[in-house]
Amino acid sequence: MGFSRDLSACGGFLVLLLTLPHLLANDYYISVLILGCLAAMTAVGLNLLIGFAGQISLGHAAFVGLGAYASGLLTTLAGWPVLPAIVCAVALTGAAAWLIGIPTLKLSGHYLAMATLGFGIIVSIVFNEAVDLTGGPSGFVGIPRLEIFGFAFDTDLSYYRLLAALLAVQMLVFQNVIRSRAGRALRAIHTAEAAARCMGVDVAGAKLFVFTLSAGAAGLSGALYAHYLEFVAPSSFGFLHSVQYIVMVVLGGMGNAWGAILGAFFLTALPEFLRAFEDVETVLYGGILILSMMFLPEGLAGGLAKLWGRVRAKRDAGEAGRG
Amino acid sequence: MADLLQASAVSVRFGGVAALSEADFTVPQGRIASLIGPNGAGKTTLFNAITGMVAAASGSVRLAGRDLTGLPPHLRARAGVVRTFQNLQLFTNMSVLENVMTGAHRRLGYGVLAAVLKLPAYWRGEREAGAIARECLAFVGLSDLADAPAGDLPYGKQRLLEMARALAADPVLLLLDEPAAGLNPRETKALGQLIRRMRDERGVTVALVEHDMDLVMGISDEITVLSFGRVIARGAPGEVQQNPEVVAAYLGGGEE
Repeated sequence: MGFSRDLSACGGFLVLLLTLPHLLANDYYISVLILGCLAAMTAVGLNLLIGFAGQISLGHAAFVGLGAYASGLLTTLAGWPVLPAIVCAVALTGAAAWLIGIPTLKLSGHYLAMATLGFGIIVSIVFNEAVDLTGGPSGFVGIPRLEIFGFAFDTDLSYYRLLAALLAVQMLVFQNVIRSRAGRALRAIHTAEAAARCMGVDVAGAKLFVFTLSAGAAGLSGALYAHYLEFVAPSSFGFLHSVQYIVMVVLGGMGNAWGAILGAFFLTALPEFLRAFEDVETVLYGGILILSMMFLPEGLAGGLAKLWGRVRAKRDAGEAGRG
Repeated sequence: MADLLQASAVSVRFGGVAALSEADFTVPQGRIASLIGPNGAGKTTLFNAITGMVAAASGSVRLAGRDLTGLPPHLRARAGVVRTFQNLQLFTNMSVLENVMTGAHRRLGYGVLAAVLKLPAYWRGEREAGAIARECLAFVGLSDLADAPAGDLPYGKQRLLEMARALAADPVLLLLDEPAAGLNPRETKALGQLIRRMRDERGVTVALVEHDMDLVMGISDEITVLSFGRVIARGAPGEVQQNPEVVAAYLGGGEE
């Protein structure tokens, strides 16, 4: 159902991502695009949780951090090759989410938000205080770059291409989940949990599944972040970052599959464009967020869809007038 | 006729208040059995106890001899106990068709992996879900609205959509909680015919909670009367109407 459309949308998206670096004058912007892709991976997973299943996590940055530190430590301290370290980091992040989810997701209400808030704070404290392992507040360096079967992703451009491909695949997987029995169950939980339950949906199980999946995506993004910057520090994974991921989802358009990607790229790139206004940067940043939410209540993706609808209606009207 | 549903001596307490005291409710196979009583008598609470949405302090619920007592709601639903809600519980973030496809949840077998990899099981399952949903929409007369957002439907059609969604689950026992609430007399009459058709054409056994007495008396095969959490009468519509205790309960005479 709509698979060929999803496939071509994801393909088109990949082509767009791969073309972008060639349109940019400055190589520095490739690193912004890389950070955009990494943020988008987390945001797409979080969108599945917030926008589709209606559950809130206030600790997703901690899952990103867990992925980053796990993969970083496995490659440096334990000397693992990068690829298995990433796989292991993702599994570990998912397992952590699963353990948090088991007791909290059986309850209805905002228990998941509270539990993830607490989890995020604990993880932050561990990153800062377990100095022997994590290097404390200053973090640790020397994380190797990604190498797969002898091919080293040592330039920004090659790494960006890899991330673009991964993001496109993630989007396709995401769409496939949404357009299935499990996806309908998730959306059903969002609007009428009792009815979903009475249709045979295992509500706690479905929530646990989507929470684990979204944490796994965050872990993957974190691991790939560590192997890109070759450096991790706790300041990248604090509470405010968790909030920022939520803002990406909401600003992009909750429950719109492409919204989270738009939100992630927009919020990653925005500070770069505002850098010229150094004194009022933060004020402008906040102002733009407020204005977007006021005038685009369905998010960037919803606003664009509406604009496109208007353009098409006008064009159709014009053609009808000529005919 | 054997009883499909046997709810025996079901008690439900909310704090110190006894919402249901040892209530018995049975529904014979292939019949329409109604549950009536004044406001606050415990009708919806009994439905909630049958579907597992509230925990019963004591008593048992059996479906075709199988003990459902203690099972969570989704497992009772998978056993075939399906319900609609007094205040509509539609999935407003989906289209009409998707709502009904979600109703077929318990009938589809494929998992997430099949969906991600688009395995043949996925395509088969989705074709089946689509076919079931279209057929159920046709049954209640909503075929032309399949692609509309569920929340945009007028109230009466939202009620029908809930019926179609419940029907898509292929219910063994269908519990209807005040399906006529908010409907005008013409819509209520059509609803009565629809419920009858569900029984006659689909073989669905129906339990009905309803305040509209014309509807209840018109379509019920038997009626159970609840008052203050207790069953005070049971029988055919004609018998129940004549029962002095029932009359007293409705007019507020007796001191129960």
